[in-house]
Amino acid sequence: MSAPLLQVKDLAKRFGGIIATDDLALEVTQGQLHAVIGPNGAGKTTLIAQLAGQLRPDAGRIDFGGRDITALPMHRRSRLGLARSFQITSLFLDFSVLDNVALAVQAHAGHSFRFWRDARGEQELRQPARAALERVGLSGRAEWPASALSHGEHRQLELAMALAGRPRMLLLDEPMAGLGPEESTRMVAMLRELKKELTILLVEHDMEAVFALADRITVLVYGRVIASGAPQDIRANAQVREAYLGEAEAEAGHG
Amino acid sequence: MRRVSLHDVAAAALLLALALLPLYTQLTGNFFLLTLFTRIVILALAAVSLNLILGYGGMMSFGHAAYLGIGGYAVGMLAYEHVYSGFVQWPVALAASALFALVIGALSLRTRGVYFIMITLAFAQMAYYLIAGLARYGGDDGLTIQKRSQFFAPIDLSDKTQFYYICLLLLYGAIYLVWRLVNSRFGMVIQGARSNDIRMRAIGFPTYRYKLACFVIAGTLCGLSGALLANQADFVSPAMLYWTRSGDLIIMVVLGGMASPVGALFGAVALLVLEEALSGITEYWQIILGPLLLLVVLFARGGIDGLLRTLGGKVRAKAGT
Amino acid sequence: MTLFIEQCLNGLQFGLLLFLLAAGLTLVFGIMDLVNLAHGSLYMIGAYFAATFADWTGSFLLGAVLALGATLLVGMAVEVVVMRRLYGRDHLDHVLGTFGLILFFNEAVRLIWGAEGLSLPLPSWLNTAVRILPGFDYSAYKFSIIVVTLAVAAFLYVLVMRTRVGMLIRAGASNREMVGALGVNIKLLYTLVFGLGAALAGLAGLMQAPILTVQIGMGENILILAFVITVIGGIGSVRGALIAAIFVGVVDTLGRAYLPELLRLVLSTNAAATAGPALSSMLIYLLMAVVLVVKPEGMFSAGGK
Repeated sequence: MSAPLLQVKDLAKRFGGIIATDDLALEVTQGQLHAVIGPNGAGKTTLIAQLAGQLRPDAGRIDFGGRDITALPMHRRSRLGLARSFQITSLFLDFSVLDNVALAVQAHAGHSFRFWRDARGEQELRQPARAALERVGLSGRAEWPASALSHGEHRQLELAMALAGRPRMLLLDEPMAGLGPEESTRMVAMLRELKKELTILLVEHDMEAVFALADRITVLVYGRVIASGAPQDIRANAQVREAYLGEAEAEAGHG
Repeated sequence: MRRVSLHDVAAAALLLALALLPLYTQLTGNFFLLTLFTRIVILALAAVSLNLILGYGGMMSFGHAAYLGIGGYAVGMLAYEHVYSGFVQWPVALAASALFALVIGALSLRTRGVYFIMITLAFAQMAYYLIAGLARYGGDDGLTIQKRSQFFAPIDLSDKTQFYYICLLLLYGAIYLVWRLVNSRFGMVIQGARSNDIRMRAIGFPTYRYKLACFVIAGTLCGLSGALLANQADFVSPAMLYWTRSGDLIIMVVLGGMASPVGALFGAVALLVLEEALSGITEYWQIILGPLLLLVVLFARGGIDGLLRTLGGKVRAKAGT
Repeated sequence: MTLFIEQCLNGLQFGLLLFLLAAGLTLVFGIMDLVNLAHGSLYMIGAYFAATFADWTGSFLLGAVLALGATLLVGMAVEVVVMRRLYGRDHLDHVLGTFGLILFFNEAVRLIWGAEGLSLPLPSWLNTAVRILPGFDYSAYKFSIIVVTLAVAAFLYVLVMRTRVGMLIRAGASNREMVGALGVNIKLLYTLVFGLGAALAGLAGLMQAPILTVQIGMGENILILAFVITVIGGIGSVRGALIAAIFVGVVDTLGRAYLPELLRLVLSTNAAATAGPALSSMLIYLLMAVVLVVKPEGMFSAGGK
């Protein structure tokens, strides 16, 4: 039983009167794909934000690779090997696709107090960037401005950037959001490939993808963990069914 | 083989014209033109330094004129104390500007957006009041400079043509420096931080220190411009630091176009030549400049630089068919 | 002692005048997300109108009322012609565009009224003193400024807190899109809010005209102070603007009054005379810098952005 790569204990976060994260505990073992699911408003993105360092939790502790990173700023976590993708596309839209990924490479290639050499000519940055684009299938778009890509291609670029830094673990926030059926299938295939070399925490709504990929699933409702375990156990869990069934019933009522 | 664009041709033409100006002046005897363009070149240097943080870095500093004042007063105050050597004055001007930029930047860069604008404005005003409060150095009335910065012979700053070429050389050097800077790794970080600061931090860049370094570089360059300005006018006054001067610099940068280092030069030339031309027509020329600026903001956001690129594209498209 | 009380009252009066300016700024920024550098120009126009109308009609009060109306009209015209095109744009665009407006207004005033500046003399019935405390007289006019501005502050409070329009204003300050989605005529609301800000600025300008100045560029000097107050008080918060304004007014006035004397203990008279005002001016900016570093959203900032 290997020690967990990511360990979260007693995590809590409030926004005024709203409890976004409530006494949350989570463990991700190295090499696993751990999915976090839950109805809307369950606090999934808030969780990712706290794990990535964008939000400071009010209480609790986050350990990564045996190190306490609870107070560590965002850029340091990335340097430690914890990479993150964004739910709402957050790219460098006025740069080219290749530039976007090259930036991600540059962040992990020593310091950037280099004032003279043309960065776009540095093969040390461009090669890994092209490789990452190849990985996600965007090689053909390398010279395009990032703003010209379709939504699905944006998601692919997001992934390429997260990979470019050669992370140990990926925090993926709804990578399938807004993707059509064909693009979704491609994304699932890609994630399955990535699973072989990376640890992944996946926040997703797409249940098909979740059950196809996850080694473990944690269910979040109103910021609390109501169930955590193997996929088949989650599928059979009564509380989980109620949380989702309740939602499905409400939807049926409106439909 | 890179296609030469209209923009590049215009830039080259301007650089050449500026280099040949003194010849024209000698031929026509119109020395006023030389004085005017010396001032333009010096302020263009200040504008280029502002473009580094504003255009490329997205840091809207409304207190950049403070460095003009600091650099200028370093020269002025030392001259008042009978220290005329440029080898002392200019390094002091640069060091003072760098230090000031370091302190202001360290505090201001903790804020964003309109707060950043206001805090840089506040610091510049503080500098203004500080300098205006120094009775020994003239206070509100300003300080006359008896002798220009002295270097070793044959360099003589009081020779107008020589001085012009020195300023021009420094300007060209600054433009080249900024161009290399923005395309380097450092420049990538600065531009990335402008584009999406959160993403930059998420991928692992501690953006604060890079922005601060950029801020200091820009402030130092502007301090150099201030030292030159003091020599050109043989006079320094607190008005150099007043916030409306910072506004003038911003106008130059935006008017010229923020997307290239030469843009700031276009802007400085355009604004100051426009000022001269318009004030010849009417003494109320600012009544035209004001709405003009507004129109540029609303409809020609890319400035002169942007216009040239658009026109160049259209011309090439036509030539293609 | 009475001198100290007098200075405190002067500080209060100055602060309340600043509040009028800052309130307009903070409302416009809070609701329309618009940075308006030309706010000082409206302040200047109010003063110029008042001086002119008072001269024409021979009555100070009538001149003031007319000036207020005229400034309101100018403000609304500016909103319709210029500001509407700036909404939703980058703050940099606002700063640049309104800076252009400043240049325009300064020159326009110079064209119409000349470069000299004007004066607005106090009518005799205001040019007296009131007895505040036994043995302590204070300028009746300055006292009336305090009374009027406090009344305006109360009016704003009632407007923002107790009326439907005020509710829309508060809602707009925390969530612009929602208010639009509710089917409210946003355009009209914005024009009215901007007009209100302009009227407040004009009122400040005309009230200080008899005791301070009516000249070109007067707007820029005081605009920065108004911005400082807006930032300290928190953008979008009228209450914050009031508290910050009074604080700034008192600190600035007391600083000007007593700093030169304090400095004379350590510096020569000449040096102290020049350094005194400079230092007291610096004080306000120092304060703002401290606030921004400690609490970047201002002391009482309105809803989340």
